[in-house]
Parts: sequence; structure tokens; C-alpha cells
Amino acid sequence: MSAEIRLMRTPAEQALSAALEQVPSAPGRLNELRRSAARSFNEQGLPHRRVEEWKYTDLRTLMREAVPVAGPAGVAEAEAAARLLAGALVRRIVVANGAVVPELSDFSELEEGLSLLPLAAAVAAGDERLSRLGGLVPARYDAALALNTALAGDGVLVHVAPGATLARPIHIAHVAVGQGPAASYARSLVVVGEGARATVVETFESVTGQADQVNSATEFYVGDHAHLDVVRIQALGPAAVSLTTLLFEVGREAQLHDFAFTSGAAVARTSLYANLVGEASQVAFNGAVLLKGRQHADSTLFVDHQVPGCESRELFKHVLDDSSRGVFQGKIVVRQAAQKTDGRMMSRALVLGDDAEMDNKPELEIFADDVQCGHGATCGAIDDDLLFYLQARGVPLKEAQSLLVQAFVGEAIETVEHDGLRDALIEQAEAWLKARG
Amino acid sequence: MAMLDIDNLHAKIEGEDGKEILKGLSLKVNPGEVHAIMGPNGSGKSTLSYILAGKEDYEVTDGAVTLDGEDLLAMEIDERAAKGVFLAFQYPIEVPGVATMTFLRAALNAQRRTRGEEEVSTPDFLRLVREKAGALGISQDMLKRGVNVGFSGGEKKRMEILQMAILEPKLCILDETDSGLDIDALKIVSEGVNALRSPDRGMIVITHYQRLLNHIVPDFVHVMNKGRIVRSGGKDLALELEANGYAEYQQDAA
Amino acid sequence: MPAVQETVEQVRSIDVDQYKYGFFTDIESEKAPKGLTEDTVRFISAKKNEPEWLLEWRLDAFRRWQTMQEPEWARVSYPPIDYQDLYYYSAPKAKEGPKSIDDIDPEILATYEKLGIPLRERDALLGIESTGGTRVAVDAVFDSVSVATTFKEELARAGVIFMPISEAVREHPELVRKYLGSVVPVTDNYFATLNSAVFSDGSFVYVPKGVRCPMELSTYFRINERNTGQFERTLIIADEGAYVSYLEGCTAPMRDENQLHAAVVELVTLDDAEIKYSTVQNWYPGDKDGKGGIYNFVTKRGDCRGARSKISWTQVETGSAITWKYPSCILRGDESRGEFYSIAISNGRQQVDSGTKMIHLGKNTTSRIISKGIAAGYSDNTYRGLVTAHRKATGARNFTNCDSLLIGDKCGAHTVPYIESKNASAQFEHEATTSKISEDQMFYCRQRGLSDEEATALIVNGFVKDVLQQLPMEFAVEAQKLISVSLEGSVG
Repeated sequence: MSAEIRLMRTPAEQALSAALEQVPSAPGRLNELRRSAARSFNEQGLPHRRVEEWKYTDLRTLMREAVPVAGPAGVAEAEAAARLLAGALVRRIVVANGAVVPELSDFSELEEGLSLLPLAAAVAAGDERLSRLGGLVPARYDAALALNTALAGDGVLVHVAPGATLARPIHIAHVAVGQGPAASYARSLVVVGEGARATVVETFESVTGQADQVNSATEFYVGDHAHLDVVRIQALGPAAVSLTTLLFEVGREAQLHDFAFTSGAAVARTSLYANLVGEASQVAFNGAVLLKGRQHADSTLFVDHQVPGCESRELFKHVLDDSSRGVFQGKIVVRQAAQKTDGRMMSRALVLGDDAEMDNKPELEIFADDVQCGHGATCGAIDDDLLFYLQARGVPLKEAQSLLVQAFVGEAIETVEHDGLRDALIEQAEAWLKARG
Repeated sequence: MAMLDIDNLHAKIEGEDGKEILKGLSLKVNPGEVHAIMGPNGSGKSTLSYILAGKEDYEVTDGAVTLDGEDLLAMEIDERAAKGVFLAFQYPIEVPGVATMTFLRAALNAQRRTRGEEEVSTPDFLRLVREKAGALGISQDMLKRGVNVGFSGGEKKRMEILQMAILEPKLCILDETDSGLDIDALKIVSEGVNALRSPDRGMIVITHYQRLLNHIVPDFVHVMNKGRIVRSGGKDLALELEANGYAEYQQDAA
Repeated sequence: MPAVQETVEQVRSIDVDQYKYGFFTDIESEKAPKGLTEDTVRFISAKKNEPEWLLEWRLDAFRRWQTMQEPEWARVSYPPIDYQDLYYYSAPKAKEGPKSIDDIDPEILATYEKLGIPLRERDALLGIESTGGTRVAVDAVFDSVSVATTFKEELARAGVIFMPISEAVREHPELVRKYLGSVVPVTDNYFATLNSAVFSDGSFVYVPKGVRCPMELSTYFRINERNTGQFERTLIIADEGAYVSYLEGCTAPMRDENQLHAAVVELVTLDDAEIKYSTVQNWYPGDKDGKGGIYNFVTKRGDCRGARSKISWTQVETGSAITWKYPSCILRGDESRGEFYSIAISNGRQQVDSGTKMIHLGKNTTSRIISKGIAAGYSDNTYRGLVTAHRKATGARNFTNCDSLLIGDKCGAHTVPYIESKNASAQFEHEATTSKISEDQMFYCRQRGLSDEEATALIVNGFVKDVLQQLPMEFAVEAQKLISVSLEGSVG
């Protein structure tokens, strides 16, 4: 029954393999990195439901065809598309169709200790800091990351020198623009040196209802005693496919707070890999996912405690309307050496739509005995008693629902430390509820 | 020979850079005596009680402790218990799923076996518990619940005294038994303790406040600071401390 | 409570080799030729005088099995099993089927006595006086055949059918044919399909409409013969409004080789019926280096076919080298309820991958999962579970609590729950924790005079209490002892 016969290659896989043929050669080890990623993809293709990590997000089915790789974006088009956080207190770099748009990006008056440049420029200049690019590799083949490694030509290199503190968040604004659905690939590298402090925001937008395929991967190195906040907002158009890969390496006594807001795309998958390699670090990966229509969003986390004394927290909130489908998979691994680990993971889903579906798979894999680990998962409709209570106080049904949903996702959003970003996220949630009517 | 003889005890927290907490403490306790140890927070009072009971987080670096002439420090935790050392915990530990009755009986019989005595029969045990629990106002319902699970601070302390009454130790160490008790609970607990005073039994009552000593009147009062006993006296010393505080001793020892 | 006292006693009296059921009964047996072919299947079927339809059913399973592959998704690893190097049928040689207890080979009677299972009803009745417990009817399965079933007549008076399945095939073909394979289909999974082809014996229970079974029923499985797989098949049907409580126990001799046990258990409850199924699994776990032991690859599933019916699984898993077992409930009837209570203990080199599936299909169905895993030594202990609500399962409810305890730093505890809700009104709650026995608890217990092992046993018994409570009294005491014995050598 489960005989591992190599499945027929789908049209999408064939098209992607063809695109991989066109991968331009790159200097130095980057070239080999790209070729080996392409080889992996050609061998293993897109994941399907028998691949455990993609059990609920069968890309072979969900990504029926591969769209052509996007061409360069017009500046005006890109500017019109990059709307999120505009005017906020951020330093914005616009990445349109996978390439940095210098005209829309703020590389001026960099704070002391900050290096910020387009990845393509760093590659061309042979920047030695790129030696860390591709340094974080998941334990198992990840198709989205392989495609990204092979096909991404640009993105952003952020390097914060030891001890430096950035005044403003760095905002990487990904936009997909142009006529006709297209695929774009962006790769970024963020290195936060020892004791440094930074905030990085990534947003994803597309103005059209096109079936764009937006593939982004970012590697984060958080140095010893460093403090990094990361916020992502994925608000792609309703037909888009979003594939995001995040790779973290966290040093000793470092702090990392990651938050993801997801409300866009027809199909969205975020794979997050975090390696805790320095003792006594504290990390948090939180998220709010609001879906409607037939949207499908999958957040899959691997938190790998390799050393003693680290603390990890995950809190994900899903709000599922209509026939949408939310997926949360979270795995906490505690290696034998990682004594005194403290890991807690919680996934809560509020199901609004009659045909909505939630799949939860929280996982613990523990090899050290002196640990405190736990996870929880709940899903269900809005509490009728609460609704009744609010209605009895004169709040109309829809509004009562909105209030309760806001409170529900609010708990996750509140974990974002930066005031301006937190307010922007709350606005996003409110806008989603308003659109729901 | 004193029943308990602590001689020049030095101890530190286990580990390479463990802090030294006891710095040459000496104390003798004879049967029938009640010794109060008072002192400011962090003076090492609770550490002393843990070391006497055998908690593994500490390392004795110098000195000796004997109980009836035997080397107490060489004994396992449960061996010390069987020899009659009882520690009433400042924060009694919860053991979910294990009914208090079950726990008491397992403890009592384990100790008796170690001492080569007969185990207590079920009817005798039930009678014993009923009698002692009644005096402390502990209901049968509480005895059926898991050890200390869901008990209030006062209930936990009463439960400690019940265990003491049933196990009939030779040396009772009461670690801040008054903490977290209101005046009524304090009375019940003190009465329980006083009922256990006997010519065969020694007690060490550790407390920060004098108030407990109004109810459990000690024969001796010791002031402890920075890991040492800095002054000893009669019960009046407690009143003096109540009036003047510990400031004087803290300076002295500095 | 005397049980704890006994636990403590038990712990004190243990020697290095703690598996006390490891003896072998020297008795002449009749075996099918080694290996597995269609002829083996025919041989077994012929031995049992089976009707044609059942032979065909078996052959169909065998053919399908040949096209299947062993599952690999569980967190267990073992060298490849040579299915041609096993005996698939072994029966103690006896006169054509014992007619009464006196016809049973005294060696076998002695074996069961040694195991504490009285097969003489007289003895069983005597047992009542001392334990004050309820009476238990026993079906004793020795390798591939049932050797005795007690209290058959009394049960028959109540209308309850309790007999070896091989006998039921002949005496109640209509019932067997209707329900066999209706919960675990022939092709369900590799091991279930293998079982369908070669199953030898097991118990059959039918409780008719409105009958509350007057006593506990139990089957006691014993693997005795070398190189022999045991493939029992159990089928329990509770008709409308019926109730039955069924217990299952298992042991095997200590051997260097691994032995395969691939059972299938099917439960069916019709409207308002209830089955309570309890297992104390104590197959030989192998020695401390992981040599020998039983491979326990078992498919257990209950189908709450009727409205308001209920199936409750309780398991205490302490034995086997490898356990691969997921007693499940299909909640088909409206307002039906499934329960899974589990204690899984692994020590030495044992590997456990166990859990449950609660499949909510009907309206207002409820389920509850309480799982307590304890890993010690070099063992791996995985909880794997699925809770799912299908589109039409309006009002489905589940509560899951999975706690794991690690004793020592060379073992692993893993939790892999799948929680899938396709209905907006379903309400699922899952919580899991992993921790070790707290040092404070140990210190507290030892300060009161308990030794390291006594304290561990006490705390562990507290940890698993919620599940122990679900077991019938006699079993709970037995289970409590087993837990302590299983953890022997895990502390200090």
C-alpha cells in the first residue's frame, strides 16, 4: 500500500525543474550551494501528504502549476504596492519581485555598527559576511528552502556589529507586482552581533488578486547576549501562494522574540527552524493567523534545544472563518545535553466558519530528564456563554464576536514589545474583522 | 553526651563556586530540651535544617554532627529519619495522587522496618491517625486527598505536625513553622507541638519572629547570623530581639 | 491502602532478574511447519475445522499481506523480522480438545497456577473468600490455542457467550461472520492483515440485549513455545443495552530471541451498550541489554456503532521489547463515548510507541484520553494519538491529558498528538507535560523515612493514579506491583 514508488512528476515540478536549469552561476561557494539545492529539488520534488512535515499542506496538490519567474518590477508599481507600515518609524528596504528597489529603500545614515545592503550587491562584492549564508540547514529536506536557495538572487544583508543598538526597526517590505502571476524568490541574512540589539520586520504584500508565488527565506544569527525582535506580516493577495522559511541560530543568554501575523494568500506555509546553541537563552515564537474564504495557512515550528538552561515559548492563535483551514505543527526537541530546559507551547484556535478546519500537531521529543516541558492545543467555537453575556448587555452579535476575537488574538499580539509595531498589528486585526462585516 | 552534637559545622552550596553558608556552627541539644534558633533572613537557619535532614544540595566542608554518638552526616536521608530526625518543612511539598493516609503508613512502616520493628497493623494505624488528626482538627477527607495537594498554608503546617505526632521522632526540627499562619492556626499548631514535648525528645525551633515562642516556650534561644551562632541565652533573649531587632548582630558579624 | 504496602514489599524483595513470569513449561506441542505460505494458512484453518468461508477470508488476507510493507512511521527500531523463520501454530499436544478441566494437561494447569490464574472454578471460587473481590471467568490461551474457559455454564444461563473464537466459529457462525473484520478490516495494516491470515485463537464474547454480564471476563495469554508467534483474535460484541467488563493479561518465558505477538481485538457496541476493556501487558521485555523480548504489534479498535454506546480502554503496559499499539474508538453512534486510559512504562532497552485514536463521526460524541508515560533506563517512550472530528460530528468533545515522566538522562519521552477538527462546533482540549520526579518530592518522602526506591514507587504510583483508578480492583493491585517491578533498577 505504502510502497515508495516515485510519484509522477507534476507539471509544477517539471516547470520548476526547468527553471532550475536556468540558474545563473554565482561566485564561490554560493554556486555550489545553489546547484546542490537544485539537485535536491530535482530528486525529491514538492512534498506531499505522506511527507510527515507537510502532512496537512500537500504542495503537490496545492501548487498545481509553477508560474514563470517574475521579471524586474517598476518603481512606481512597487511603491504603490508597499503600503504596510508606510510612514511608521522604520527603515524600509523594498524588495519587489525578489529584488531590492534602491529608489524605495533607505540605505542612508546607517546607525553605527549597522551594515545594510542588497544581498546581490554583497554577492557581487564578495562580502565575506556571506560565508554564513546557507549555514543553517534543516535536519530534513525542505522543498521551499531548496527552491529558494537555488533561485533567490537578491534580498537583504543585515549585519549589526557587536554591542550596537539600532534606533529604528529595519523593515524588509516584500511586494509582488506586475502583469500576470509570477514567482519571486528572496533570500536575506541577518546577523546580530554579541550584545547587539535590533528589530527586523518583514512584510509581504501584493496588490493584485494574481496567483503569485512568493518564496522567501531568511537566516537569523543571534549572537551571545544579543536581543532580536522579529515581526512578520503576511498580507498577500487572496490567490497567492506564500512559502516562507525562517532559520534561527541563537547564542548564549540571548533573547529572541518572533511574531508572525498571517492573513493573506490562498496557501501559506511558514517553516521555522530554531537552533538554541548557547546556554540560558530565551526565545519566543508567537503568531496570530486570521483566515477566511478557502484560505489555507500552515505554521510549522521546530525548536531544537541543544544546550542546557534555555527557555522557549510559543503561542499561536488561529481565527478561522468560512471554509478556511489552519494548521499548526510545533515540535520542541530537547537533546540529552539540554538539561534544565523550560519549554512551553500553546496553540489555540477559534473556529467561526461552519466548514473551517483546524489541524494541530504539537510535539515533544525529549531526551533530557531534568526539564519542564509542555504543550497545549485547543480548538472550538466562541464561547456561547460569553456571547450571550455581551448580547445581554446590549452588544449586537457581530460586534460581540468581534470583541471576543480581538481579545483572543490580542493575547498573542500583546507579546510584541515595540509599541508602533504592536499598534500596527492590532490595526491589521481590526481591519480583518471589519472586512468580515 | 548530648543527643545532637553539632561541632564547628561548615557547609556550602554544592558545586564549584558554591557559596559558603555555615561557617563554624556549634550546638548541643539534649533530650527534653527545646532550642529556638532565631536570626535574620539569609543567616543560614533553613540551610542548617536541610543539612541535618541530609538534603543533597549542600556540601559539608568541615566539622561534625552526631546523633547519640553516631555520625549523622554519613547517613542516608531515610536512615536519619528512621533514627528519629524529623524536619517540619517551611514549605511542605505536594505529592499528587498519593493519599496522605497511604503516605503516612508507608513512612511509618518503612521507619519501623529499618529499626527492625514490627509493622503497624491496619486497625491500629487507623486508630492512631484518627486520634492524632482529631486533636489537630484534620478531617478524614483531608487524609484521603493527595499529600499537601490543595491544602492551605495552615492546613499544610498542621499536616506536618500530624506526621510528627505519628512518626514520634527523637529530634524535631521545625523550620519557620509559623510562617504564613494566622493567630488561630498558630495556636493549633503550637498546641500540637507542645503536646509532643517530652523528656525523651529534643526540638529545634527555627523562626524569624518571637511570636511563635510565646506559644512554644523554648529552654534556650540562639541568635544565628552569617552561618554562625553569635549569641545564646534563655527565653528572655527572644524578647530582647523582638524589641531591638537583629541590627546589632548583623553589624557585629560583619 | 494495602496495595502500596505490597508495592513496597515487592520492591524490596526483587532480585536482579525481576521478570518472575519468565519460566518455561516443558510440554510436548504440535506445530505447523516453520514458515508462512498458503499451506500454513490452510493448515491452521484445517486444524480448527473451519468452514470454507473463513479459509477463503484468511487466504484473501494472506495474499494481500504479501503485497504490503511493514509500517515504519513509529519511533521504534528493530532488525528485520524473518517471517519465514517463525512457527505460526503451536498447540500443546492433548486428547482431542479437553472436555473438562480434568482433561487438561496438569503441566498447563500448574503453569497457570504459577501465574496466579486459577482455571478450576472450584479454586477460583475459593479465591473469593480471601480477596473479597468479584468472580472472574477466564479463557486461558496457551500459545495458539485456548486451553480452558471457566464459568461457561453460568455465563450461558445469563445468555452470555464466552468461548474460544475457534469454537465460536463453529457454534455461532452467524455472529462471527457478521462481526469479524467489521471493525479492523482485513487490510487495515500490515500486522492486522498478517493476523487475519494466521490467527489461531482468542476469545469471543457476545452479550445479548439488555444483559449486564454477571462477572468480569478475562483472557490470559501465555506464549510458551520457542520461535512461535502468537496471533490471537478477540471479538467482543455488546448488543443493545448490554454491559461487559473484560480483562486481559499476558506473559511469556524469558528467551534470548525476539518473539512476535500480533493480535487483533475488535469491539462492537450497539445502542446504549458498554464495553470496558482492561489490559495488563507484561510480556517478557528482554534483558537489561535489550536481548530477547516480545515484539508486541497489536491492533485494537472499538466501534461505538450504536447511539449512546461507550467503549473504554484501560491499559497498563510494562512488558515487551517493543510495543506498537493504539487502542482506538470509532465514535459512530450519536452521543457515543470513547475513553482511553493508559500507563506505559519502559525501562532497560524497551521501546514503546503507543496511544489511541478517537474518531468522532456521530453527533455529540465525547472522548477522553489520559496517558501517563514513564521512561527509565535507556528506553524510548512515545505517545502517539489522533483525535479527529469529521464534518458531521457536531458537538464533538475531547479532552486529552498526556504526562510523561523521565527517570534518568539516558531515556527519551515523546509526545506526538494529531488533533484535527473539521467541525466548527467541536471542542478539543489537549495538554501534555514532560518532567522528572522533582527532587523536592524525593527529599520530602525520604525525610519521612522512605528509601530511594520506595519514594520513587510511591511518587510514580501517585503520578499514574488517575489511570489505576479505572482498573477493576484486583487488577489495580496487580498493576501497581508491576509498575514498581518494572522500574526496578531505574533509580540511583
